[in-house]
Parts: sequence; C-alpha cells; structure tokens
Amino acid sequence: MPAMSTPIPLELSINGDRVRASVPAHWTLLELLRYELGLTGTKQGCDKGDCGACTVLVDGKPQLSCLVLAGNAEGKKIQTIEGLQPAHRKSGGAGIDPVQDAFDRCGALQCGFCQSGMMLSARALLNENPEPDRTEIRQALSGNLCRCTGYTQIVQAVELAIAESTGAELTPPSWAKNSPWKSTTSLTGKSGADE
Amino acid sequence: MGARDQHGSGAPWGEEFRAVGKSLRKIEGLSKATGEAVYTDDIILPGMLHAKMLRSPHAHARIVSIDTSKALALEGVHAVLTGADLPTRYGVIPWTKDETALAVDKVRFIGDEVAAVAAIDEDTANAAVRLIEVEYEELHAYLDPNESLERHEPTIHEGNKHGNISKRVELEFGDLDAAFAQADVVMEEDFVFHGSTHAAIEPHCAVARATADGLVTLWSSTQITHYVQREVSRVLGIPQSRLRVIQPTLGGAFGGKSDPFSLEFVVSKMALVTGRPVKMLWTREEVFYAHRGRHPMQLRYKTGINNDGKLTGVDAKITIDGGSYSSFGLVTTYYSGQLLTGPYDFPSYHFDSTRVFTNKPPCGPKRGHGSVQPRFAFEIQLDELSEAIGMDPIEVRRKNDIGENATTVNGQRVTSNGFGRCLDEVERASEWKTRRGKLPTGSGLGVAGSMYISGTNYPIYPNDMPQAGIQLKVDRSGLVTAFTGGNDIGQGSSSVVRTILCEELGLDPLDVRVVAADTDLCPVDLGAYSSRVTFMVGNATIDACRKLRKQIVSAVAAKWEVDAKRVYLGTGEVFDTDNRETNITTRAAFEIAEAYHDTLGSTGAYNTPTLGGDYRGGSIGASPAYSFTAHVVEVDVDTETGMIDLKHVWVAHDCGRALNPMLVAGQMEGSAYMGIVEAVFEDHKVNRFGLHSGPSLLDYPLATSVDTPELHALIVESIDPEGPYGAKEAGEGPLHPALPALSNAIYDAVGIRLRELPFTPGRVLAALRAKAAQDQDAGGASC
Repeated sequence: MPAMSTPIPLELSINGDRVRASVPAHWTLLELLRYELGLTGTKQGCDKGDCGACTVLVDGKPQLSCLVLAGNAEGKKIQTIEGLQPAHRKSGGAGIDPVQDAFDRCGALQCGFCQSGMMLSARALLNENPEPDRTEIRQALSGNLCRCTGYTQIVQAVELAIAESTGAELTPPSWAKNSPWKSTTSLTGKSGADE
Repeated sequence: MGARDQHGSGAPWGEEFRAVGKSLRKIEGLSKATGEAVYTDDIILPGMLHAKMLRSPHAHARIVSIDTSKALALEGVHAVLTGADLPTRYGVIPWTKDETALAVDKVRFIGDEVAAVAAIDEDTANAAVRLIEVEYEELHAYLDPNESLERHEPTIHEGNKHGNISKRVELEFGDLDAAFAQADVVMEEDFVFHGSTHAAIEPHCAVARATADGLVTLWSSTQITHYVQREVSRVLGIPQSRLRVIQPTLGGAFGGKSDPFSLEFVVSKMALVTGRPVKMLWTREEVFYAHRGRHPMQLRYKTGINNDGKLTGVDAKITIDGGSYSSFGLVTTYYSGQLLTGPYDFPSYHFDSTRVFTNKPPCGPKRGHGSVQPRFAFEIQLDELSEAIGMDPIEVRRKNDIGENATTVNGQRVTSNGFGRCLDEVERASEWKTRRGKLPTGSGLGVAGSMYISGTNYPIYPNDMPQAGIQLKVDRSGLVTAFTGGNDIGQGSSSVVRTILCEELGLDPLDVRVVAADTDLCPVDLGAYSSRVTFMVGNATIDACRKLRKQIVSAVAAKWEVDAKRVYLGTGEVFDTDNRETNITTRAAFEIAEAYHDTLGSTGAYNTPTLGGDYRGGSIGASPAYSFTAHVVEVDVDTETGMIDLKHVWVAHDCGRALNPMLVAGQMEGSAYMGIVEAVFEDHKVNRFGLHSGPSLLDYPLATSVDTPELHALIVESIDPEGPYGAKEAGEGPLHPALPALSNAIYDAVGIRLRELPFTPGRVLAALRAKAAQDQDAGGASC
C-alpha cells in the first residue's frame, strides 16, 4: 500500500448546511466536494489553478477549490453551484438565481463545463458590485477560461441579469433586431396540461 | 427512404415558422446552469476502480522489456495491462489503422501509452505506475517534418510503404501554366502555420462496466460514439451488439474527442478483466499529449491575378507535420487542397500536399479541419494581390465570388451561397469604407473570406446505410421522445432536434425529450464532426416527423370522417380547416392515433446525394452544402512592445437558415474567438527532445475574457435548397478567416506582412525592424 496520508476530520458549512467529513490530509477542497460529498457540479479542468472551472465561493469570495486543501476549509462557508438555486429560493426568490437564468437565456451554456465556476464568479461580482460596467465584468471573469463562447454571450448574460435587476433596457446583440432573450420556452402559450 | 427527399425550406404547416428562427433556451441549459448535468467524470459507480497510464519518456524508442510484477504485487492493484493485452491496431480511418491502445514493441512520441494500472484509488494507481520497469532502446527522433520527407530510416511506422510519409495527394485542374502566363500579377510566397490544440476545458475521461453476462457499457467523453463502438468492440474481440457506448454531457471537444482514444480501450478491457467498473480520467498534461490538434503546415502559394481583379490560377505546395500517428491525416491531406476552391472562382488549380510522421503528439482535426491553414496563407496572398493591382480587398473578393449554383474548379457542387452578403455585412458593420487605410498608425482593419463543408459525402467507412438516423416515440401522454445518435457536444444538436419536433408536430419544447448518443437506445449517427449534425440529423428529424404526422393526421381524419387534407396539425392544436370549431389538442390527437394505429413511432434518415469530382479523392471535400464566412478584424499594434491588442471581429456567416439564431451566434462568436486567439496566444510545440514545451493551461496560454476582442456576429441566411428548412453549418466555417484577417489588419495598422504564425511580440518587432531598415534603404536610394 502506498504511503497514504492519515484522514483528518473536518467541519465546515456547505451551501448552508453544516457538514462533517473525513478525508486524507492531502485532498483538496475540490476532491472533498466532488468525490466525498458527491457535489459534482464543481468541475476539474486542470487541477492546478489555471482554468477556474473549480471556482467556488469561500466566505463569499471566489476561490479555486483545487488549490485549497480540504483541511484549510475547516470552519469556512462554502457555496457551490448546487447551492445557488436553494439560496435564491430561501431568500424569497422564485425559479433559479437570476445569474443562472440569464446564462441559460443568453446561450452562455454551450458545453457548460466552465460555467459552474463562471456563474459563481459572476454571482460574487454582483454581490459586491450590483452594477458593474463591461470592463469590470470582463475583469471579474478573467480567472475562468471558456473555450466555447468567446465570452460574448457570457458577458451578455451578466449584463442581462444586471439590466433586469435595475429595470434597464439592454441593447440587442449584433445578430438580433429586438431583444432575443426569452424568459419562457412556451411556443403555444399553454402550460401543456389539458384544459 | 426519406434519405434523399427534399423537405422544402419554408415553414411546413403555415405562413410562418413557430419554433424555427426563435432563440429558444437550450434543451439541457438549465441542467448545466444548476450543476446537475452529468459529465463522464461525474459518474461514480459502486466498487469502481481508478486507472492510470504509464507513458513513454522517449520520443522514439524500441521497448526491450516491460516488467509489471512489482506493480501487480502492490496492495490495492487489480490489473496491469500492456500492449500484449490489446495488440489489435485501430484508427478512425479504416485504411490507416496504426494505433494500439498500449505500445506494442515501440513508442513513437513522449507521452505514448505504454502500460495501464487499475487500482482501488488514483494514489495507488499512480504508485503502481511508478513500479513498472521498462527498458527502452532509443531510436532517432524525428522532430522536423522536413527531415521526415527525406529520411526514412529508422521508420516511425515499420512497414509503411513510403517511409515516413503518411499521405501525399497531388491533384491538378485546368491549365496552370497558361494561367500564370496570362496573369498581370503573379505572387509566390511561403507561409508557416504553427500547431494549436483544442484545450477543451473537460479533460478526456472514460468509465466502463462489464456485467456477468459479458455486456460492456462504456461512458466516454467522445464526439463519435458510433466509431468508438466499432473500434473498441473490434479491438476487444466482442460483437458490436455487446458493447454499449454512451456519451454523457460533454465538456467541449472542437475535434479533440473525435478519435477513439486509448483510455476507452483500456477501461473496457480492465472492466472485463477485473469484473469491476473502471474509470480513467486524464490529467491536463495528458490531454496536451493526446492532442489530435491542428497540424503545423509549411505552405507555398503561387497565385495569378489580372488587373481587373479576376484570379487566374492557384498553385500550392504544402508539407504537413502529422505527428506520430495517422488519426484523420488521410482526410487532412485531401482537405488541405480540396477545400480551398471556394468562395472564389479560379479556372486552374494545382496542389501537392504531403503529410509526414514525426515523433510528436499526433495531430488530427481541430475546428476547421485541414482547411484553416491553407485559408490563412491564401487570404493573406489575396490581400497582397489586391494591393498590387490597386483594388480594395473586399472588392477583389466580390469579383471572384463563385456565386450560387456553381461548380468549383475541382468539381464540387455549390448550391446556396451568401458570400457576397457576408462581405456586404462586414463592410457595413466595420465602417470599412470610411475607416480602412485611414486609421492612425498602429490601428488597422483587415478582411478575409472562407467556405466550409456542411457534412461530407464521405462516410469514413464506405457503406450504403444512412449517415444519420433518428427514431421517434410518441404516446398518449403528449410527450414525444427522439432517439438520435447525434452527439451533442455543447453545440446544441439536441436543441436543434427539439426545435424541429416543435415545428413539425406543433409541440411545446417541454413536451419533447431528446435521448442522444447512446448506442443501445439510438439509431446510428456518425457523430459530431465535419459540421454535419444540423444538416444531416436535422433532415433525418424532418423525415421522421413527417412520417409520424401522417399517422396522426390519418387517424384524426378517420375519426372525424373528413379528408386527411382538412386536418391541420402544427400550432399546438389540431383542427378541421373547413370547420375550425372541430378542434382538439395535440395530445388528444396522439390518443386518437394510438387507438387507431396501435403504438406509435417513426424513423427518419438522411444520406447525401452522390456528389464530388470524377477522380480519385473527388468525394473528399464534397458536401451537400457549403457555408460561407467573411471577417473584418480591427487591431491595435504597439510598435514599441510588439504587442497586438485585438479590438473587434465582425464575423458574417451564411448558415443557410438560422434554426436558433442565439445558438448560431454562439457558434460564430466561439469560432471567431478560437481562430483569432490561436494566432496570437497559442503554440503547440515540443522542445528538441520531443517534450511538450508547456502542457498546462498557464504555459499554453489561452485568451481570457480580458484578452478576447468584442465579437460581432452577423447572421446571413441564404436558405439552402437541401438543408433542413434551408439550414447549413455554423460551427466551424466561421473560424477560418480570423487568422488571415488579423494578419491583413496588422498590415493596415503598421505595414508589416506577417506570414508566419503565431504573431508573437518578438515576431512583430522583428518585422517592424526589417520594415524600418527597408524603408531607410528605399529612402536612401531615392535621395
């Protein structure tokens, strides 16, 4: 048997729940989340702090969970992508977090692999600064690599979330005459249930 | 049967489209937004083992011996495999099967897989890998493609008829000598395209499980489920019917997951050997070595033009660095010549392309397979020719536009063509006429154009079966489920299927499910490559919908005792067109049909018409439709530091018809981004030992949200006669012009022609210094 580090006991808050776990001392927070707690919404793209896919919020700040030893998360408040919708509901909202909804409506979720981290970076930005400009948005997301979108629909999504929170009108994108961002998917105007 | 039917390009059941053309959310979007979507590495099975590879530390070496006894003896190790356990050769192209899952007798690049271990966890597997003892006898390593052209001993692939040459294609059309003799201006120049890799953020991962009855299930991050099923079953020696391949949610591909990869064979074999589920997840470093990225090419182009702007002929000689294995290389070699013959009409053409083996990570298809490199060279040369004859480069491109319903010089059939409108759009949006050549020194605009395939006539392995198949299940609940082999790799192919079902059957999106890329459940589709899915799966879906609709309408007509022509289905309700009072829901119509016909369902298929030039290789590059693109790039060049600041890309793309404009725009923006940043940031290269120069997402720099320019997608719809509702591809074509348009913009900004990629600050500064010296000489001479 190779030299395995001794498991260490941990207690921390994950998505509002108090969690007790025991993981090898060399495990990262990412490994704890994915492979011990089954919170696989947090993704591993490089495991060395380069891509940002594993971003979670630690005490409200975006951090790379692959660079945080699980032991160092002791006592911290962790928010993962799985926690966004429940937190939104708990605070009286309906549906999902406006950031998640805007990402979906803007087409920002192509392969989706980087987007858990991206949406958490966006959420942290809007918590700090509810009306950032485009430069501030781009800067806040610059630690999260995306290979699908060219970042355009991601930035649009954050701008849409902001516009809808302030009641402002967002300029349509270059490829549409009117705002293309539908909040519903219905084509018939019916719920689908038999009337 | 529906294979070659034309479905028409208009709204099927009324004046206007209901679902087509709407920017609906993606079918799986919310599952990705909430983190629920299951990617391959998210699969965790009870008792699952973890596997790791031992990789070659040498670029080229013979394996003298392998001793796995110490690894096998380690507690927690359940299996160790070497090449002897999986000796059957495979490869995505049936004529060039030159890979084995684990090295047999020799290794061909640093990173080549030598052995694999399955253990109770990754730490134990890694420890066991280090205990495997391999003795190598090093061989001469080929790292320069020019050496591989000349030197054939030692041969990288023993038994290869042409030494270290992987493939050579030479084709000639028209009278090139006459073309150059009559041209007013002829230019001949060299260009260098570096290599680049896909760097999808999800690393490759595969999980396999074998049940006691001998059935194997393989979950893999692949974009070609069907070919994986064929090759893995063959190598394992089990019937295809006993291997189920499933593509879970896929975290990006771009061509980098379109070969069968060693980990798929290894975990399947290990599951059979151990009786336990086995997972292998590659590290980011391993993904860089697995590669299959864009081929480096050395290109020489000679092109003639007349003073009226008409091209007379093009001659190309290309050396392609293939890396260590064939992969798609046979096709790459053809594509490097065959796909240049539009959007411009030129009466004569010759190309001579040679792909060689080197001891580097194997190259393959990356977004815009085989045609991004020639396009880079040709569009820069076209800019130079425009300047030489004193004509605006957009105008020159217009003059040579091959137009609609044309035949290219190499015999390819072009039907719809919106290239002229693409040029109009980028010219308008970039304010080209008032800004190009008039911006302050350091700022510039450049243009380029391109053409790409919407699927290929050539189905990889010759057969007469459909290239795309789909199956629909419908029942009294009102739900319609589509089963498609089409791989949704994030580009939205399952969303396209849903849009078509909504359009054809009058459904709401939430009443449609799409089950995709599971070989046990879905009819065969060849996979997500060559930009074929929207065109082919889309047509198959329409075919299946129309058959199903016929069943439903006939049942309702019988029930109402009216002619079937009077039954309208298509807006969410079903009514008698002569008596709108007779009106039921779609769900009620399904119920009537299920009672009348028994259990409902239908299948649909698509196959390409016979296409291509009448010569050997004439079907490679033949496509049922071609997409067209034009870019204008705006750039700032810092003449002191050589840094390039990417400001804007206007990308106009003729996608036929935008079935979902938001998804089309996403593909255009993603393509433009991927192309322009590979010109400035990326360089997939190895050092003098064959070691990758930086196999991480930091050392291989990718553009962040701060580095990426503003991307302006401009959709052009030419309405293709054979595409689903007129649609063509949008996923790869819009990448091509980015790189040459950038080079042309840099010329407009600071007067230097960059013909060698990547455009590093050092290269920019060197060109600026050379230009200053030249200007001084010219100035001195004129004094």
